[in-house]
Amino acid sequence: MQKVTKDILISKAAGLLDSQTVTRVLGWKRGEFYDDVTPAVFHSREELENGFVFDDFCGANLSKYLIKETAKDDGKILVFLKPCDTYSFNQLLTERRFPRDKVYALGVGCEGMLDSRKIRAVSESVISVRDLGNSVEVETLYDGILTLDRQTLLPDRCQRCKSKKHVAFDELIATDGKILDSNRFDEVEKLEKMTADERYRFWQEQLSRCIRCNACRDVCPACTCEKCVFDNPDSGVANKACANEFEEKMFHIVRAFHVVGRCTDCGECSRVCPQNIPLHLLNRKFIKDINTFYGTYQAGETVGSRAPLVDYNPDDAEPSEVLTGGTHHV
Amino acid sequence: MYKTAKEKLPAVLDAISRYFSLYLPVDYEDGAVFEAYSYGKTLSSKVNTVKSPKEYFFPQTETLVNFKVDGKSLSIIDPRRESEDFVIFGMRACDVKSLAILDRVFLSDPIDTYYENRRRHGIIVSMACSKPAATCFCTTFGIDPSEPDGDAILYLDKDTLYLNIKTEKGAKLLTPLQGIIVDCEQNEVDTQKNLIRERLKKLPLSSLQTTTFSSGKTDDFFSSEVWETLSDTCLGCGSCTYVCPTCHCYDIKDFKTADGIRRFRCWDSCMFSDFTQMSHGNPRTKQSERFRQRFMHKLVYYPTNHDGIFSCVGCGRCLKSCPINMNIVKVMKALGGEGNGKQ
Ligand code: SF4
Ligand code: SF4
Ligand code: SF4
Repeated sequence: MQKVTKDILISKAAGLLDSQTVTRVLGWKRGEFYDDVTPAVFHSREELENGFVFDDFCGANLSKYLIKETAKDDGKILVFLKPCDTYSFNQLLTERRFPRDKVYALGVGCEGMLDSRKIRAVSESVISVRDLGNSVEVETLYDGILTLDRQTLLPDRCQRCKSKKHVAFDELIATDGKILDSNRFDEVEKLEKMTADERYRFWQEQLSRCIRCNACRDVCPACTCEKCVFDNPDSGVANKACANEFEEKMFHIVRAFHVVGRCTDCGECSRVCPQNIPLHLLNRKFIKDINTFYGTYQAGETVGSRAPLVDYNPDDAEPSEVLTGGTHHV
Repeated sequence: MYKTAKEKLPAVLDAISRYFSLYLPVDYEDGAVFEAYSYGKTLSSKVNTVKSPKEYFFPQTETLVNFKVDGKSLSIIDPRRESEDFVIFGMRACDVKSLAILDRVFLSDPIDTYYENRRRHGIIVSMACSKPAATCFCTTFGIDPSEPDGDAILYLDKDTLYLNIKTEKGAKLLTPLQGIIVDCEQNEVDTQKNLIRERLKKLPLSSLQTTTFSSGKTDDFFSSEVWETLSDTCLGCGSCTYVCPTCHCYDIKDFKTADGIRRFRCWDSCMFSDFTQMSHGNPRTKQSERFRQRFMHKLVYYPTNHDGIFSCVGCGRCLKSCPINMNIVKVMKALGGEGNGKQ
């Protein structure tokens, strides 16, 4: 695969700005450190040259920002999309959350983004990171230069990448990849094999660490309600913190149900959680069950597809089958 | 100053835990967490925990009062109990300093008795930072991690554990530690202090300055154009405020129980869309205004109201937890680089 570099992307985007095909560029901006890349809007070649970056730390999925950006009604915006991001992009289009004709989608190849949390677990004094293909060279303040296996520094979502294929783009930089057999349901299966008590304890332990910062919801491309019920003081459930044990569980269960059939499994929720709660496992369980009961379905694979739970098909699984966890269904 | 062999650390922890409830940072795969000690737990090797230990003084949620309804009678139940002494072991210099910042808010008139109760009983054993992290910038705010505040200071070097008792509260540890620690000279930790000071100079953020900020600078920065740009992709989540040791805003709400009302307070975040919601509406309707509030509060408003003291301690937590990697360092650089905020 042709390696996508920052320079190729800058010259591409600057060219599209120059030709006035687009008025601005939604991309990633370099920070103070090796890993603190921020999503940002660039308006000129100069801004791009000064700050745009495409490296191992561009994990942020930019598609949700298109709702806000296209609403500014300011011409066409260019957006960079990694393969996983294109699924969110399509799903947002399916839900008519932004006008397609105001966006120029540039697909960029991706070989997995690094997880700064995993790097910091090795050393808190890392000052630079260099990509060496299969390994990563990490410069630290007190432990010299360390060479680490790249695979071990990938977040779960990249270790189990579901697709290197771009399902939406106007133009593609780098050759397209394939939908992968990712084993992404492995962890879900482990949970399924637990007894109900063990599973309850697992989630109890995980979710009791939630601090209700709402980052998971705010970053989620499927969470696009204008006003979330948990932000509505009149809803009776808007409590900001964990008033009791039940509350944070209710938040997560309601949220997981609300994105069923719409969650593309982009993994942003787990990436941003400051408490490192494996939130994607809740959504993956739903995805797996939908696959089992209603036939394989991937949200965002195409625009306009009807998710099984909002569609009716005479062959649909009977509620009794679903209730028993599909024991009749092999 | 007292000392013992470093391998006696488990014995030290165990001895303290026999007299006091003990809390300490413990390592997990995905970061360090302050939690209650139990036999066998060891002190974290990390510089900072993911969340700050402020919750031991200002919990995320706490009941202020209970109302119980019984037929036509209403009883008011005060849940406050006098705390017992407890020990927070291994707090970093930045986190200890953050308590002084919270004190100025909660202990000024009218005193917040919930907070005060815990402050009075909390014994703080701070710990010098022999390996400051790349994201640390406490020195920007005049904090010295080679000599943290606290009731006692812990120094760990290759073989030895030193404990410098600083206050009367700290001296309460001497009874449990009798027979484990022995007297030593103050200067035995000088080498470590010097090493720390050398290391601090080499940190990536060591040149970060506060000179452009401070008291009375509201007008210089309030209308700056950088707020729009800096907050452009901010999600308005609460991560930065909830991991921060100095953020102290809260909300008070009622929770209906089976036989009455539980009135509790919980952390709130100026980044949330309903913060400052009042009957007339909300004076801050845009994320850029909420974002500005967080950073102006730390860099300008707080110093204006509190003798020039900033309400950031440079712990670096918000640098690590923000989903979009926006943080106070980027804000300070953007405002300083702009020449005092004026174009
Ligand atoms: S991001 Fe994590 S801590 Fe924040 S609300 Fe979601 S699960 Fe809770
Ligand atoms: S603003 Fe950031 S660096 Fe400053 S005290 Fe809060 S979390 Fe730490
Ligand atoms: S600055 Fe970062 S952590 Fe804070 S509200 Fe914005 S996105 Fe969330």
